[in-house]
Amino acid sequence: MLFSRNGRSDSLTLEGRVLAPAQGIDECLRITVTDGVIAAIEPAAANALVIAPAFVDPHVHLRTPGREDEETLRSGTEAAAAGGYCAILAMPNTEPVVDSAAVLGALIEAARVDALVPTGFMASISKGQGGQELSEMAELASAGAAAFTDDGKPVVSASLMRRALQYSALAGRPLALHCEERALSKGGQAHEGRVSAEIGLGPYPSTAESLMVERDLALAAAEERPLHLMHLSARESVHALRRARDAGVAATAEVTPHHLCLTDEAVRSLDPNHKMNPPLRSEDDRSALLEALRDGAIGAVATDHAPHARHEKDVPFEDAPFGVTGLETSFAALHTYLVVPGDLTLETVLERMSTGPARTFGLGEPRIETGARANLVALDLEAEWKVTENGFRSLSANSWLLGKTLRGRVVRTVADGREVFVA
Amino acid sequence: MTVGELRPPAAPRRHLLSIADLAREDIERILETARRMTSSLDREMKKMPTLRGRTVVNLFYESSTRTLASFELAAKRLSADTMSLRSSGSSVDKGESLKDTASTLSAYDPDVIVVRHPSIGAAALVARWSAASVVNAGDGKHQHPTQALLDLYAMQEALGRLEGLHVAIVGDVLHSRVARSLVQALDLVGADSTVIGPPTLVSRDLEALGCATSNDIRDLAEADVVYVLRMQQERMSAGEAFIPSLREYTALYGVTPDRVRPGQVVMHPGPMNRGVEIDAQVADSEAALVVDQVRAGLVVRMAVLYDVLVATVPERIPAGVA
Repeated sequence: MLFSRNGRSDSLTLEGRVLAPAQGIDECLRITVTDGVIAAIEPAAANALVIAPAFVDPHVHLRTPGREDEETLRSGTEAAAAGGYCAILAMPNTEPVVDSAAVLGALIEAARVDALVPTGFMASISKGQGGQELSEMAELASAGAAAFTDDGKPVVSASLMRRALQYSALAGRPLALHCEERALSKGGQAHEGRVSAEIGLGPYPSTAESLMVERDLALAAAEERPLHLMHLSARESVHALRRARDAGVAATAEVTPHHLCLTDEAVRSLDPNHKMNPPLRSEDDRSALLEALRDGAIGAVATDHAPHARHEKDVPFEDAPFGVTGLETSFAALHTYLVVPGDLTLETVLERMSTGPARTFGLGEPRIETGARANLVALDLEAEWKVTENGFRSLSANSWLLGKTLRGRVVRTVADGREVFVA
Repeated sequence: MTVGELRPPAAPRRHLLSIADLAREDIERILETARRMTSSLDREMKKMPTLRGRTVVNLFYESSTRTLASFELAAKRLSADTMSLRSSGSSVDKGESLKDTASTLSAYDPDVIVVRHPSIGAAALVARWSAASVVNAGDGKHQHPTQALLDLYAMQEALGRLEGLHVAIVGDVLHSRVARSLVQALDLVGADSTVIGPPTLVSRDLEALGCATSNDIRDLAEADVVYVLRMQQERMSAGEAFIPSLREYTALYGVTPDRVRPGQVVMHPGPMNRGVEIDAQVADSEAALVVDQVRAGLVVRMAVLYDVLVATVPERIPAGVA
């Protein structure tokens, strides 16, 4: 399900405070990797580094095929490596859409040449993401699709959504949903609230998300099928998720660093790098997302890394496309804005960026134990660095963090036994 | 005279992008300048040499009659060279981005670019990509600061004061850049405002601008000034059904003679839909300041051009900086 460049495995040692929350490890250790496998774990002296299971990003737009000017398999996975990731899942809203075994097969072949970090590909729920007919999910799954989504668009038809839930039993892979009631979000530019009213931006109300979340959870309950909710932004959606989980629905969810760190106040800048879908919402929504991430109702952090060409973002806010990049800044942003001030523990962030998403999508969980493939990230929590337009490995620079100084840095990444990044 | 002496002294550029960027003293200074400009209008020789040798470019991406005309005339009265570019028939038609148009125009070293554009943030973008002072003549539903300034000017001329005035703004506030700028400007000069309209077009969220909100036309009664907004036909189109019909809107919120009490003045940014948001009798009454607003538009825009280019402004520590 995950594909990457063929090549030799590496041998290396990493030493520091080893923090693997899912395994209950927090001690100073030396990890010896031999031919890509953790060969030995021994006590060591403390140093400045934290070593953790590497990160897993379940929501990345690699823009390939079709918009290779914005991102390629190579640039996107180099960005992932620099962000501490050992696995990413790519979205299928490309040109053409990943809706057939032929398109998927070509991507997998390309990943075997170009992907520095193991990459999985989601396929679309509907053919061409047109919302009319189901894509051939069973064939796509056997061809290696990691999951199914029409991300970028909602599944508008409740009937098609219901059939997708039923049929996904044959595919055996998760359905990941972008929940948006377009009748309510039409013309929406920013969260409906005081900021949108003050500036005059088209309102995108919380109900545009939460109504669709409620519908899809109701269908999942009725069909007794699991589902995954992508990039949640609204308190009402979190409530719906909690109610459904309490009622026994196998629902999982993810949240982005920007929805955890920012509110719609950031939109006052009219900087197109603060324009995303779903939009940045209120402080009340942000606190609901943080609470859900803390207690595990939301089990995964996902970047929704969405590269856009510079000329597409160099326009008035209203004319700019939705989306921001995130692969290279996710850990540092969460550490700077949430761990340092004490809103989240380091353990929670590490777990929700690694074990959480891996488990959600049935990927191998990165573990620190002898005999396991090495999937490790080394972090320098004290390092300060400035986010600059020219500092990205991604081909795009539409980051909400441009010009900001962050605290905490990925210094080394080992993905599937290979050293893929050294700062 | 050497070529170097032709250049104005280098000073930090000033823009007028949003009322939110101004302080009370900025508004008072501009209105005071406008008052001084007014006296020039009575002279036989109406032209002043103030901006001789300066260039003002009007860059208009939306159709406009009165705003464009008054900016052109304002620049000419101050002896500036002017050039007006409209989106149709220009490079914009050929798909040139706003950023490129802004940098292209900069090659002519304009002193001021006046921008009107349908998208929020357009004027700020032009300010970022050109060396000129930028005056926002309307960016989407966001801001129309010179309209708010001319409205304050007309109010002050008619009522003798701004402090403590109560202004009721009636109509489609949700989609109105005029209302957004006006509410903020009134708040800055110590006047109160209430926005009145149907719940689909006037929500409590608008109070963030610094006004009260109401869905009841009877709340007009408390106001010194009744400010009527244009009701646009497209607010009833399929999928955009903010109101069921113009007929019902007029019945509930039309500014009719029986709703205006003696002593109130009535304003409208134009163009008016007579018989929809404003009754013809009201529009033509003594109480209506519509023509005064247009006249104020000329002197206030002269004052704004003067202000961004010439006026000496005391250094101010921006709000929020300790």
